[in-house]
Amino acid sequence: MTSFLSIDILLTAACAWGGIGLLGLLAPRNTRFISKTLFPLGAMVGMLVGLVALDSLGGPAQTAVLAIGLPDLPFHLRLDNLSAVFALLLGFVSVGISIFAAGYFRKGEGTAPGVLCLEYHVFLASMLVVLLADDAYAFMVAWETMALSSFFLVTTDHRHDEIRRAGFLYLLIAHVGAISILLSFGVMTGGAGDYSFSGMRAQELSPFWASVAYLLALAGFGAKAGLVPLHVWLPEAHPAAPSPVSAMMSGVMLKTAIYGLLRVSFDLVHSTLWWWGVVALAVGLITALFGVLYSTVQSDMKRLLAYSSIENIGLIAVGFGLTLIFHAYRMEALAALAMTAVLYHCLAHSAFKSLLFLCTGSVLHATKERSLGKLGGLIHRMPWVAWLALAGVIASAGLPPLSGFVSEWLLLQSFLFSPGLPHPWLNMVVPVAAALVVLVAALAGFAMVKFYAIIFLGQMREAGLKDAHDAGIWEKAGLVWLALITLLLGILPSAVISRIDAATRQLLGTGLADKLKEQGWWMLAPISPERASYEPMIFLVTIAATLLLGRWLVRSLYHGRVRRTRAWDCGYYFQGPRAQDTAEGFSQPIRRIFEPMFRMQRHFPTARDTKPHYSVKVEDHFWYWLYLPVAKLAGRISTFIVALQGGRIAVYLMYSFITLLVLLLVARP
Amino acid sequence: MISISGLLGQAFAILLALMLAPLLSGWVGQCRAWLQSRTAPPLLLPYYMLQKLFHKDVVLAHGASSLFRVAPFVVFGCMVLACAIIPSLSTDLPLAPAADALALVGVFGLARIFISLAAMDVGTSFGSLGGRREMLIGFLAEPALLMVIFTLAMTVQSTSVATIVETLAHRELVIYPSLAFAGIAFTFVSLAENARVPVDNPATHLELTMIHEAMILEYSGRYLALLEWAASLKLYAYSCLGLALFFPWGIAAGESFLALLAAIPVLLFKLAIGGFLLAVIETINAKMRIFRAPEFLGTAFMLAVLGLLVRLLLEAKV
Repeated sequence: MTSFLSIDILLTAACAWGGIGLLGLLAPRNTRFISKTLFPLGAMVGMLVGLVALDSLGGPAQTAVLAIGLPDLPFHLRLDNLSAVFALLLGFVSVGISIFAAGYFRKGEGTAPGVLCLEYHVFLASMLVVLLADDAYAFMVAWETMALSSFFLVTTDHRHDEIRRAGFLYLLIAHVGAISILLSFGVMTGGAGDYSFSGMRAQELSPFWASVAYLLALAGFGAKAGLVPLHVWLPEAHPAAPSPVSAMMSGVMLKTAIYGLLRVSFDLVHSTLWWWGVVALAVGLITALFGVLYSTVQSDMKRLLAYSSIENIGLIAVGFGLTLIFHAYRMEALAALAMTAVLYHCLAHSAFKSLLFLCTGSVLHATKERSLGKLGGLIHRMPWVAWLALAGVIASAGLPPLSGFVSEWLLLQSFLFSPGLPHPWLNMVVPVAAALVVLVAALAGFAMVKFYAIIFLGQMREAGLKDAHDAGIWEKAGLVWLALITLLLGILPSAVISRIDAATRQLLGTGLADKLKEQGWWMLAPISPERASYEPMIFLVTIAATLLLGRWLVRSLYHGRVRRTRAWDCGYYFQGPRAQDTAEGFSQPIRRIFEPMFRMQRHFPTARDTKPHYSVKVEDHFWYWLYLPVAKLAGRISTFIVALQGGRIAVYLMYSFITLLVLLLVARP
Repeated sequence: MISISGLLGQAFAILLALMLAPLLSGWVGQCRAWLQSRTAPPLLLPYYMLQKLFHKDVVLAHGASSLFRVAPFVVFGCMVLACAIIPSLSTDLPLAPAADALALVGVFGLARIFISLAAMDVGTSFGSLGGRREMLIGFLAEPALLMVIFTLAMTVQSTSVATIVETLAHRELVIYPSLAFAGIAFTFVSLAENARVPVDNPATHLELTMIHEAMILEYSGRYLALLEWAASLKLYAYSCLGLALFFPWGIAAGESFLALLAAIPVLLFKLAIGGFLLAVIETINAKMRIFRAPEFLGTAFMLAVLGLLVRLLLEAKV
């Protein structure tokens, strides 16, 4: 293996993904060949990427220069620990999604499977190159390829109006973000004209320009990640895209934005200011709270998950902000704690959110229905999907012993140190922010109970659901893989952290691994066991042991008899499925308590209505606060510009003449 | 380090919790009856109830899934774990490192999710009503509970429950205003989390007011027994947690078995007083409307935040 560097293998993998995509074009309508041969091949490449990235963690950075690119600016690539952590995430999560996709895509209207296969694998390859890029040019090329390929994937069913609209909205915001990132890179070169990342690292920016670069990066990557107020594309694009694509975008693509943020803030820019962290913390909190509140009131299962992704990105941004604050005050050990929480949440979220999105895909296949109000009781027809989704739901609600809890626990632990900040009011305000984080986590539990209970539990709300069937073998395999990752991330936090610690160490100079090594592998005690500890394994074993022992004792001491009968109907015989909570009914307390947060149009029936009718429509405030005014402004400006373009050649010639005159005046040598 | 006496103490603490929890519920019920000048039910009523339920057949609704049948065991397991890591008699608990105070909140959260899901499983209107309300109370109570824990953790520089109790028990008697605020907030949260008046009424079966009872309406036989037992374990766990955090005296720290034995009467005494006070609170308050609960728990949250700020502003040097 000495002759092959990890980065070469990863590059080959990216090329392999591209090649698999091109193979799909050979037989664009041959669904069997594409889904049963090419997607599994893509999964194998993903596995390779994950394993190579895992293996390269902790090693020295590797660089490569490609012969393609601009004449005097070839593509620079570099694999360091930060890239490796995210490549690991990309590789392992894509395995599950690709396997699932092998059973998911079928003949139908919309894009031909071969083209879809090309877009999907180009999407994967471009994400890998984004993670490896070591100059602004390569980064932007890969970034744009990623945006474009995912745009085409989102608009797979391009015959529907709203899907095209969602796609264009996504493309627009992706490009606003890309411009912002490009400007940020421009600022970071400091006018030296060296667009490689090593050139940017060498620049010593003044605090003002460093702040400009940071804010531009936050806006640009925030647009991709879905930070408020640039989140609006997420709830539109995710329901529009096929489920494996939603899973890939939510699970992996959003994390490339987090990667970019970490790369810029901790690697390329040196002088960190404390208020950068406060900005990220505040934006993150608003995003998380906003996302979770809106996710609780959705009636479309994929929209619910999309808003839940916004919430999780918000939590990651909170951790990122906290890391920046600690880092700015040179409290590197605490910054390492917060950064571990960030990286861990990236890993955890990518696994459990992909899992949940794929589960909605299976449900969609089985029932052709996305609206929660028409589902229900699917655990009887789809036990596999239901039980695997439960793992995703528990992790997403941030509950032990699965993965979501570990990162949340680490985040709260780092919040506990914030009173030590040497700043007059930050040390008071930041601890209270932790309460909001817990509120978000608890609300996420509410949203997840709604998601799970309305889809899988209760009585079937529609007669057609009786014919629903469980997922196929490929789909099951993909789901099991992701559930397994969620479980392992949940119960082996120490082992995982000691691997990803290399990235923290690279960015901050210190990490948690040494502390963790002092304790056993089963224990997570980032500071000291006296201070705080969490042992998910013991946790799981205790609950499982009580469960089995309790069951055995009850059965042997008493009996295991069961009788089946009708549910208790309270004396009212006609208890049909419509007596259950609807998706709207379940979230009624939230709409009532947090009423000002929503823009609602409601219609209540009165007692005298002959045909009582209830409707509620919840809309996003930001459309009315930000987007529609901006659109109106753009409209005004364009009517003004239209006035300039009269269509007469003489006027146009005069414009050219005036321009020439101005240029002659201004641009003298 | 894990010692034999530690393991014995741990096993003893779990057994004691399993034995004492129904007694505590019975005691609270008895006190309530006295205060309301009713004839009190026997003190051991919860045990008779459990015995009866375990003997009875399980009657399952047609629509009940496997999740419905697993949930009581999971909830029961969560409560046993909670009782195992809360120092009731001694702080020398080998299981204590498994979950600190934050993870303890997670244990209760896991139990809550399972019982809410199970409530919605059969698909009756009461079940989903109960599940929804339980999650509502849960997300209101959790931030307040966490702020209480933060206040304590910052006082002691640790989130491990055992360490917090040990440190608080072994210093001279100083009244911390922050702890007073935290204590009141904790009481509010415990009332809400244990489905007591004024948030919920454990004795009600009136359709529109019940929360906890609505969720377990479809359960019967051994499943109901486990859930009732789990509910009393939860009350016991919260009581022990409150007593250990705010009145930590009399809890054994060492490894000696005698100290453990000596701690039992102290615990019984404290629980008896605590149970009586709970009955008093339940008697002098009326159950509030469900949408008053956000105000109630919002107050708890504000008190807890106040406690935290007092801690940070005034006691930072202490």
